[in-house]
Amino acid sequence: MFHWLEKNPFFFAVGVFLVIAYAGIVTVLPDFMESARPLKGTKPYTVLQLAGRHVYIKDSCNACHSQMIRPFKSETDRYGKYSMSGEYAYDRPFLWGSKRTGPDLMRVGNYRTTNWHEIHMYKPSSMVPGSIMPSYKHMFTNTADIETAYAEAYTVKSVFNVPYDEEDMPKLGTWEEAQKTAIAEAQLIVDDMKDPQVKEAFARGEIKEIVAIIAYLNSLQ
Amino acid sequence: MQSSNVINYDYTIAKYFAIATIVFGIIGMSVGVLIAFQMAFPELNNLAGEYGTFGRLRPLHTDAVAFGFTLSGIWATWYYVGQRVLKVSLAESPFLMFMAKLHFWLYIVGVAAVVVSLLMGITTSKEYAEFEWPIDIAIVLVWVIWGIGLFGLIGIRREKTLYISIWYYIAAFLGVAMLYLFNNMEVPTYFVAGMGKWYHSVSMYAGSNDAMVQWWYGHNAVAFVFTVPIIAMIYYFLPKESGQPVFSYKLSLLSFWGLMFVYLWAGGHHLLYSTVPDWVQTMGSLFSIILILPSWGSAINMLLTMKGEWGQIKENPLIKFYVLASTFYMLSTIEGPIQAIKSVNALAHFTDWIPGHVHDGTLGWVGFMIIGALFHMAPRMYKREIYSKKLIEIQFWIQTTGIVFYFTSMWIAGITQGMMWRATDQYGNLAYSFIDTVTVLHPYYTLRAVGGALYLLGVFMWAYNMYKTMTASKAIEFEPQNASPMAA
Repeated sequence: MFHWLEKNPFFFAVGVFLVIAYAGIVTVLPDFMESARPLKGTKPYTVLQLAGRHVYIKDSCNACHSQMIRPFKSETDRYGKYSMSGEYAYDRPFLWGSKRTGPDLMRVGNYRTTNWHEIHMYKPSSMVPGSIMPSYKHMFTNTADIETAYAEAYTVKSVFNVPYDEEDMPKLGTWEEAQKTAIAEAQLIVDDMKDPQVKEAFARGEIKEIVAIIAYLNSLQ
Repeated sequence: MQSSNVINYDYTIAKYFAIATIVFGIIGMSVGVLIAFQMAFPELNNLAGEYGTFGRLRPLHTDAVAFGFTLSGIWATWYYVGQRVLKVSLAESPFLMFMAKLHFWLYIVGVAAVVVSLLMGITTSKEYAEFEWPIDIAIVLVWVIWGIGLFGLIGIRREKTLYISIWYYIAAFLGVAMLYLFNNMEVPTYFVAGMGKWYHSVSMYAGSNDAMVQWWYGHNAVAFVFTVPIIAMIYYFLPKESGQPVFSYKLSLLSFWGLMFVYLWAGGHHLLYSTVPDWVQTMGSLFSIILILPSWGSAINMLLTMKGEWGQIKENPLIKFYVLASTFYMLSTIEGPIQAIKSVNALAHFTDWIPGHVHDGTLGWVGFMIIGALFHMAPRMYKREIYSKKLIEIQFWIQTTGIVFYFTSMWIAGITQGMMWRATDQYGNLAYSFIDTVTVLHPYYTLRAVGGALYLLGVFMWAYNMYKTMTASKAIEFEPQNASPMAA
């Protein structure tokens, strides 16, 4: 059979394809629906948090930080309750990471504050002596992209039925409404911050990346 | 039957890709060395504002070496090996020649777009699949064009039986096509919402499903970019350079079909103790162990090909590269399964032992094989002898030292880190704060960066030797049968 296949490239290719495609179908498909189900109480991100998540992705925070607490005592002692599948139901993409150069951030909102993040992002070693994390000063000057965040929330609502605007769920509404909500949410963060330029920019109606990413990090609980 | 020396093989495209391999190798590995030094000396993050931070550069490093250096190397060898084992010249078909040129130039445009977008922070965050949808479409197009060229050349072949290398090139084409398509299923948000950035998209899968599809992809991108086409190379270049026939046809058959079947199951080992279903994790673990068989099958087949001819290792530096590549292939394909055992993974996952493992494979196996392959091709493509044998010898030892620095430091770093994360004092409290487990790694990070720098130095020596071979070396009249001619 193999000699015959080696003279017939078409059937050879079909054979290879069947052999390699098989595993994907068997491993990914069976639990697909169940794995997509949210935990009770898990909510989709607000537009501001989503904009912060985009900043997190833009600077590849996930290259050094995981968001996956494994069920070991050493991990739950350090980071909090172990992760459950349903908690990730609204994470598109997932941000589990594959390397912990820095600590896990799955529940960082439980034990860090706005003020801590502000100082830390500007100069990590001032908060954590010996830290090898780069400083992210540009987050204080770059403006967060609320529009794209809204576009994404709107997309997942209409394409994947993510339950925005439902009872007990974050409100999305129209773009005008969403802008107002985002600014109100950002106000709470900015009030806790010290940087005068971020405050001035916010007074002009600009939400800086640092505000959005802090909103996101605070939401990780 | 026409004999091979009557056919005038056309190496135009192979030469293009050979140069691309060298250029992207230098770029990708320079970025790698820079980010390695950043981990030891974090001030180096501030060299270029937001564009120079570890976060922006890390995806650039991985993608530049995987999809710049390695893919170019794969295609350089394909456009060389393909013609020769199929006994047909690319010049015989103007259509295939045109597709090959289109393949190259579209690919270069794609790589340029990738570099710019990653520096700007435009990324989907999925490892080795960071590109947003416009680039994804370009990549699919490049792939389809290569596929047309691949099957087109097979279609007009004179040698009816497909040589082992061709099996692996076909598998690489099909595997990457399938994986890439399914992992990059995404919805462009602009087309749904009519606002926001036009190139932004959102993944079709969420949470655990997204993770499962991503690591089915991520693991098997390693299979079909870093393993399968590299095996295609060694099955051609080692027998050719040494003049020895492949040790066993049956073993190559077993390894090929075994590898095809087993590899795809092993992706779950990236997600051990995560929230994907338990049975998927167990399958991933189990199949990773089974994977040793077909992996070692190929490696042993290559090493036994040298049976009775080990003296060539001393005489011919290219054989050194191939034999050490097979050896590193064996090392990384035993190391991977060990890390995939659940209890070992509990310690190793998230630590530096993982990049250590990756670099055993990429520096030792992929890098050495591509470097050795292009050295073999050079005298045949440029009709000149290799510029300097001595330089190859020195390069070999510098790079080998670099790899040893790299994996030893990362083994120690990873295990230290893993042990410290779980260490407790006599009352059962965690013994170390996280930052303790970072600062302790400084010497190992430094040593790793030095190892990487040595390897990069070797790449520069390779580039110089290749450049001199193209331009200044002594011309040869006849194509060498086996051992590549080189000036002392």
